[in-house]
Amino acid sequence: MTLLSTRGLSKHFDGLQAVSKVDFDLPEGEVRALIGPNGAGKTTLVGMICGRLAPSSGTVSFKGQDITHLPAHKRVCLGIAYTFQITSVFPRLTTRENVALAARRHLPKAEVDNAVETALERVGLQDRMGEDAGNLSYGHQRLLETAMGFVQKPDILILDEPTQGLADSEIDGFKTLIKELRQTTTILLIEHNMSVVMELADRVTVLNFGECLAEGTPQDIRENPKVQAAYLGTG
Amino acid sequence: MKDGQRIIGLHLGLLLLLFALQFVLPAYHHGNLARIMVLASYAIGYNILFGYTGLLSLGHALFFAAGMYGLSLTIEHAGFTAAPALLAGVVTGIAVSAGLAFLALRTTGVAFMIVTLMFAQAGYLTILYFSDYTGGDEGFVIQAAQRMLWGVDLSDPTNRYVAALILFAICLLASLALVRAPFGRTLVAIRENEDRVTMLGYNTFAHKLAAMVISGTISAAAGATYGLLFGYAGASFASVQYSIFPLLWVLLGGAGTVLGPFIGTLFMFYLIDLSSGLTTAYMLVAGVTLVLLTLYAPQGLIGELRHRVWRWLP
Repeated sequence: MTLLSTRGLSKHFDGLQAVSKVDFDLPEGEVRALIGPNGAGKTTLVGMICGRLAPSSGTVSFKGQDITHLPAHKRVCLGIAYTFQITSVFPRLTTRENVALAARRHLPKAEVDNAVETALERVGLQDRMGEDAGNLSYGHQRLLETAMGFVQKPDILILDEPTQGLADSEIDGFKTLIKELRQTTTILLIEHNMSVVMELADRVTVLNFGECLAEGTPQDIRENPKVQAAYLGTG
Repeated sequence: MKDGQRIIGLHLGLLLLLFALQFVLPAYHHGNLARIMVLASYAIGYNILFGYTGLLSLGHALFFAAGMYGLSLTIEHAGFTAAPALLAGVVTGIAVSAGLAFLALRTTGVAFMIVTLMFAQAGYLTILYFSDYTGGDEGFVIQAAQRMLWGVDLSDPTNRYVAALILFAICLLASLALVRAPFGRTLVAIRENEDRVTMLGYNTFAHKLAAMVISGTISAAAGATYGLLFGYAGASFASVQYSIFPLLWVLLGGAGTVLGPFIGTLFMFYLIDLSSGLTTAYMLVAGVTLVLLTLYAPQGLIGELRHRVWRWLP
């Protein structure tokens, strides 16, 4: 079943065509990676999917419902969780409170404490619960950001460059986490780290200059000459 | 002792101390403290919007005056007794703050400050314009006979002190409950990073609207009570000065702390009171003290206390 789809989705900022007529379908249960060179329009595309940006034209539908004109907070309540590319935790609130804010909106009151502790354990931050999030290392803030996403028990989790700035050991931990989360959640992953993409994604969509350049399994994409050209700048 | 017990103990302790002080304070300070408690209630209202939600309003005098005139005009011209007039003051505050919130919350940052300031100035000028009813600049006195609340004479200093304490206690405990509840914690998160709060699924506009109405209503309740206890309503309470005062009190005491508004009001009141006894250049003394505090205690008195000693302070 298609969980999320866009039709003819476009965004231009004055003269700049950031995203151009993208038709995108994401079936339930899949881990999809969205890749592309810098400036390809990946963040703009997911920004329109989760409601942070209004599209210039085109539609977005989620679970069969047209959500193109729904404000962001309502889309989140429908089950779309988004984690920010630039770490966007609440620095002066405790790690626990950061996750609790995310959980309270989506879970019954009685389940919140438990869910928060479980989420922090899964990302390995259980010993830092009482600390202000601003005191965590950058890598830990990325993991906290991810925990704030999945604690919402969303239908789809959109992760915008979650492994940026993580150490290799932390990236291994992240891969394990995604493999667990995929049992229950559809995941859309914007990612530059090819080892993460190749290992985790069922399928990969490649954006280039705001257009969908290719889509296929990681193996197909790796062998696709157009994708190689876009990344290497030849052709 | 758990943090929750400490917090409740501290706040109830302050209220008990204020209750006991009336029996030992000389008449002059007794009167001052009654006034400080009412003004501190106003600051508590201001703190909910500024300290906890992060919205800097320069127009809160509009809400204070809405309460004060909602009460005094209905007493003076509609023949209301004190209790329904007090209610009229609070209801006026709800209506005015909801109306302004709808308009002003379309803006953020500096624009929000300017919009609130302009509406408050419009309110001030309206009061002056209708001086036949409002008394304009001179204002008007609410007679002692009109200040009987359920048979209690509020022009009597003892009753006045207790009434001020009741208002202050309600505002203090309401603000404490609010900031410890999930709603209050969401407000703090909006202050820290509104965009992120939206992307967690919260309707931040609705939250800010509610915060502004709660803040305006508490301010109006303080304004109405001020009129009732001190028997006077005047346009000066709607002037920009009365929008700046709560900002100063809250900054001095500690924005985003429950006790900060009271400590800030108390400190500022006595700073001016004591320095004016020493010199005619008392505003200079006040100014220098404010500069020093801003330099060495930028989070305000209670804010610094929380930062350095009592991390559990709400």
